[in-house]
Amino acid sequence: MTDIFLQAFVYLLAAVLAVPLAKRLGLGSVLGYLVAGVAIGPLLGLVGQETQSIQHFAEFGVVLMLFLVGLELDAKQLWQMRQRLLGLGGLQVLLTTAAVAGLAFALGQPWQIALALGMILAMSSTAIVLQSLNEKGLAKTEGGRSGFSVLLFQDIAVIPILAILPLLAVGAPATEASHDEMSLVAGLPGWANALVVLGAIASVVFGGRFLTRPLFGYVARSGLREVFTASALMLVIGIAALMSLVGLSPALGTFLAGVVLASSEFRHELESTIEPFKGLLLGLFFITVGAGIDFAMLLSQFALVLGLALGVMLIKALVLLLLARLFHLSGSDKWLFALSLAQAGEFGFVLLGYSQQQGVLGSELGALLSMVVAISMFLTPGLFILFERVILPRVTRSANARETDTIDEQGPVIIAGIGRFGQIVNRLLRANGVQTVVLDREYAQVERLREIEMKSFFGDVTNPELLHTAGIASAKMLVVAIDDVDGATALVRHVRQHYPQVAILARAFDRGHTYALTDAGADWVVSESFHSALTLGGEALTRLGMHPFAAEQRKTAMLEREKAHADELYQAWREVRDNSDRRKRYLELFMKLEAALKDDMGKDRMAGHSRSLSGWTPPPRGYEKALAADEEQTPPSSPA
Amino acid sequence: MTQANSAQATNSVLLLFAHPGQSGSEVCLPMYRIACDTPGVTCVDLYAEYPTFNIDIQAEQQRLLAHKVLIFLFPLFWYSTPSLLKEWQDLVLEYNFAYGSKGDKLHGKPFLCALSAGGSEASYSPAGYNHFGLRTLLSPLEQTAALTGMDYLPPFALFGARSAAEEGRLAPHLERWQRLLDALVAGTAPNPRTSLPNDRASLVNDWELLFNDKAALMNDWEGLA
Repeated sequence: MTDIFLQAFVYLLAAVLAVPLAKRLGLGSVLGYLVAGVAIGPLLGLVGQETQSIQHFAEFGVVLMLFLVGLELDAKQLWQMRQRLLGLGGLQVLLTTAAVAGLAFALGQPWQIALALGMILAMSSTAIVLQSLNEKGLAKTEGGRSGFSVLLFQDIAVIPILAILPLLAVGAPATEASHDEMSLVAGLPGWANALVVLGAIASVVFGGRFLTRPLFGYVARSGLREVFTASALMLVIGIAALMSLVGLSPALGTFLAGVVLASSEFRHELESTIEPFKGLLLGLFFITVGAGIDFAMLLSQFALVLGLALGVMLIKALVLLLLARLFHLSGSDKWLFALSLAQAGEFGFVLLGYSQQQGVLGSELGALLSMVVAISMFLTPGLFILFERVILPRVTRSANARETDTIDEQGPVIIAGIGRFGQIVNRLLRANGVQTVVLDREYAQVERLREIEMKSFFGDVTNPELLHTAGIASAKMLVVAIDDVDGATALVRHVRQHYPQVAILARAFDRGHTYALTDAGADWVVSESFHSALTLGGEALTRLGMHPFAAEQRKTAMLEREKAHADELYQAWREVRDNSDRRKRYLELFMKLEAALKDDMGKDRMAGHSRSLSGWTPPPRGYEKALAADEEQTPPSSPA
Repeated sequence: MTQANSAQATNSVLLLFAHPGQSGSEVCLPMYRIACDTPGVTCVDLYAEYPTFNIDIQAEQQRLLAHKVLIFLFPLFWYSTPSLLKEWQDLVLEYNFAYGSKGDKLHGKPFLCALSAGGSEASYSPAGYNHFGLRTLLSPLEQTAALTGMDYLPPFALFGARSAAEEGRLAPHLERWQRLLDALVAGTAPNPRTSLPNDRASLVNDWELLFNDKAALMNDWEGLA
């Protein structure tokens, strides 16, 4: 037990120290994790043997990541990608395999080994690439999307490659016991195997579409956050297990589930629930890549390993550049596509291990290639930096006008809380063509809105992750209308602190809450009851016999009076908050406001000096005689 | 086209009252109350109906269609109507309703301005401090009537409104107002275009016959003939 705690602490400490530093230096988190891994592994020797097994566990981060990627894509978008997916992805795998295999064959390797090497090295690192693309905001660019298509195709291609590798074995399989993993399809004839696989996929699609909604609805209504987290994890792990059982890639299965759930109202809540797990596991994965580098071997064969890694990356980049040309990627997109996918990836590790088990590759060659794969992954963040610092500025300079064309798919206005209050705001904005993203933690509210075909999402808005996935970073405005006094204040404070460019309009419950929200940094606050109470008060005055126009003026006067004293009362409120002795002073001010109001209402403009009550009052009696008298004294100048 | 339906036959006069400060009203408000009690007159307090100036154009046009005679009742503010009544004109008298190629909905309806003015009758003359006669000052309304095809009646005004009550001029004015309303409802009021020949002498004569009172004569009708 103590061991596990110690290990976990070492891993976490390394990440906590290295990642923010790397991020601050503009190197990206991935490089930070890799360096952290190198530090605790080969350099300090704090961790060692266990990295292999931890890495297998951490690979689950990739599964979670593909689930999240799926959530961002709905079926329609996926269908639109089909050309890129098959064309770009297929050609990348085929051409890279051919190029690497051809070179290996030319260097004297037997064709079986050459082909195996080609397939292994054709894979890129989904984990590093997607993480870096997202982190640098490049995922939505043409180059980023193309890269993603290729990675997705590679995920699919792993399945046939795993089937082909054993056929390439020249020697006897290294270990006999490679097949004691559980499997539903072991020993089945080909057609039955295919049926089972299709059935598994169909059940993911069908279940995702029809079973998850009632399930999540049921869980969400209980209002227990951790149970929702549990059910989200259950879903992903369950699908991963099912896919493993039928011999498919778990990442592919969860990706599919993500796509199916992309149009559901739980999308944002699922994203924000899974996100931290994904982040931690991926981080762990990167650390193990760093920690797994065998320094002794690296040093003894430094030139060879580095040369091979650079060679592989060069070949892959050249193939990718060719494809970019074929698929009309240009400018920065071409370079992003080519540089981002040039490394070998974590699937390479998997395939290497499998090849050794199957006797395709000798253990020495396997160890050498593991090193090559790891080094090429290690160099990838460097390529992203090269892209960002050198290529992007150059291309942008040459095509300045074109590059700014980024599409934001999130709404410019986020409405937090869609109860009685937020709904009205939302309807007004929508009716005027403003795109909104609506969030609420009451599942019933979301359900009701979905019934009338308003796009809304379920989730706890005070959770920063949910806000993030809803697109707060690119939003113009946040409307805070949640039914939770302290939550609203905390939300305003959080958004003001982290997203200073977002305008915050907030609904307050009462006077104190108005001040609290203002204090937290809201740009504009309205009391939820003040205006409706004013309307009712005006109606009461009218029904008691006051002329409706006069009642309207009195409402306006009250509003003006409030505004005039708002600052003073706010300052007093702050003093009371900081020092409760001042409570008396606040009450005094409040009484003063009331007295001033009453005073205003009693006067008309001519008789007294009311600053608030504006309205028509007749001129004094006899004024016309005075005017006539003036006229006699001074001869008229013609006004025409 | 100008007649809506027979159900409105008894409610043939539409009176739009515009006064933003009714607690200070000494002339217009009593006139309004009298109109409210007169059968055949539909009375609308515009400031009560639209305290936020949010005029229902559709409803106002329907009201116009349903009546034969239109009256504006207002205190003269800066030689014009109070702002809400101006807003009413701006919004309700739409193209192809009140004017334009299909804008014949008001054709032939008599149109009367009943108003109170602070200055004395003498002040509304070239020699007075208001420099212009009332009819000249109201010429935007007269031209509005011309463009919309309405028959512009002589304005029914009470001058020196702030001192009218104490000088004993209010009561006879209200009495004449009642008779004028009755005549408009009955359709017997003089109409400068149809019932009156185009000469000033007989016009003056007709008003005299109606009110039997020289004080009710409008002082600025030279231009009509």
